[in-house]
Amino acid sequence: MILSSFLRTIPISLEQGLAYGLVALGIVISFRILAFPDLTVDGSFTLGASVVARLIMEGAPPIVGILLAIVAGFLAGCCTGLLNTKLKINSLLAGILVMTILYSVNLRIMGRSNIQLLTVNTFLTPLENLHVNRFIPIISFFFVVSVGFKFLSDLFFHTQVGFAMRATGDNEQMIRTLGVDTDKMTVLGLGISNAFVALSGALVAQDQGFSDVGMGIGMIVAGLAAIIIGEALVGKQTVERMTLAAIVGSIIYKFIIAVGLRLGLAPTDLKMATGAMVILALGIPALKKEKEGKLHLRGV
Amino acid sequence: MVKVENLRKVFKKGTIDEKVAVDGISLHCRKGDFITIIGSNGAGKTTLLNLIAGTCFPDEGEVVIDGTRVTHLPEHKRAKYLGRIFQDPLMGTASSMTIEENLSMADLRGQLRTLRWGVTKSRREFYKQVLKELELGLETRLKDSVSLLSGGQRQSLTLLMATLSLPKLLLLDEHTAALDPKTAQKVIELTDKIVREHNLTTIMVTHNMHQAIRYGNRMIMLHEGKIQFDVEGEEKKTLTVDEVVRRFGAELKDEALLG
Repeated sequence: MILSSFLRTIPISLEQGLAYGLVALGIVISFRILAFPDLTVDGSFTLGASVVARLIMEGAPPIVGILLAIVAGFLAGCCTGLLNTKLKINSLLAGILVMTILYSVNLRIMGRSNIQLLTVNTFLTPLENLHVNRFIPIISFFFVVSVGFKFLSDLFFHTQVGFAMRATGDNEQMIRTLGVDTDKMTVLGLGISNAFVALSGALVAQDQGFSDVGMGIGMIVAGLAAIIIGEALVGKQTVERMTLAAIVGSIIYKFIIAVGLRLGLAPTDLKMATGAMVILALGIPALKKEKEGKLHLRGV
Repeated sequence: MVKVENLRKVFKKGTIDEKVAVDGISLHCRKGDFITIIGSNGAGKTTLLNLIAGTCFPDEGEVVIDGTRVTHLPEHKRAKYLGRIFQDPLMGTASSMTIEENLSMADLRGQLRTLRWGVTKSRREFYKQVLKELELGLETRLKDSVSLLSGGQRQSLTLLMATLSLPKLLLLDEHTAALDPKTAQKVIELTDKIVREHNLTTIMVTHNMHQAIRYGNRMIMLHEGKIQFDVEGEEKKTLTVDEVVRRFGAELKDEALLG
């Protein structure tokens, strides 16, 4: 009885975990690779959703909406990077500023606080209309997208530019003496990170059938929770493991949430529970007086 | 080759803490010069290197490398001329990346980085070869993360990275000071070997007078931001620690210098 109820949460956890996996992947790039604590995510997730929702409502092909959502997310991330590198604003504050500004921008883009997409054709509609269990094509789609971007990221981080970006997060002084403009790397990296996040927002909006101005709240904390869970399982020694941790962690995180809800966790307490999870994961090493667990972050 | 003209740098200008770190230093290095710089704490040694490397910019004066005026170029734009090693062994390498990844980044010093593969097969063979010369067994550990290496190994790898693309000027900033005496000796000998082999123009800041006297063809002593003593050639070869102490003992309060 209980077991079957757990089993029933698996498909929905897979669907959501893979869909939100791109958020975790984006956060891996900012927090882990660039060591930049980027809080833009809460805003850029909604930005992606807003752009795609508005464009679909205006009758644009969904794929155009998705592509523009990616571009918008990229630009939002670049803004945070520029505030930090050119105006020397603290990295956390730069992210919060852009996130706050995006709240107004998202309202402007949508023209109201939410847009429902249940009655219109989205990018996912052809998949939903297949005469099979809805989960099969949808989960396959999100699997291909998130795993695809994971592998693309892995490839990128083994190119010359990718090395320079990793070194920027690891040892800024060193890579600058080797001739890399670390400001550019930070801006580019945050752009890519938020492009992933916005793409996730755009796909989630179409999957759940609406875009809402508040849908990004707590996204950064949820993403961090996913990464921490993932890293505990697959490690973070290499780039491949870090990106894998994002996807795996995201799925497990959504599974834990789904099980929690089944066991009676009130949906209103979700963010509190997630926050507590992150505090525990980050805090335990400090309590054990281990040095290793400490986050290495720049520009704070 | 490398010309420093009347360089001046003042920190906290206009406050009561004003400090003239470098006070009108001029220095001409010829190609292949190996210059050692000594001086007590606060003499301006590191500031001089920082001004040459572009970590900070002078209030007055010029820095010219190989005919190019680089005085106000940001650090990353003059990287193609310079190789630099810091005192802290952690500062010269990216610890989360592998040995071959670190070498490949140094391989591209000052060049445009593209979306081409970071470590190529042919370059990997080359890295193996140069690592072999270090005689630390690193040639079999190309894919090991640098965080697994000891301080001495990391500083040797940094030395290799700084000299890999044969810079016009090699800057060594007390690069053996943080190592234990035995490892320090190994690293300094390795430095001397590489510098001679490639005839690299080198400026080495050191806290250790024996080192300053033993290595290089020219020695400069800084005191309060000025060049106090400049000796080269035959005169330098016959120079002894005792003689320097006799002449400049008053300024060399810093005991570490004599250690």
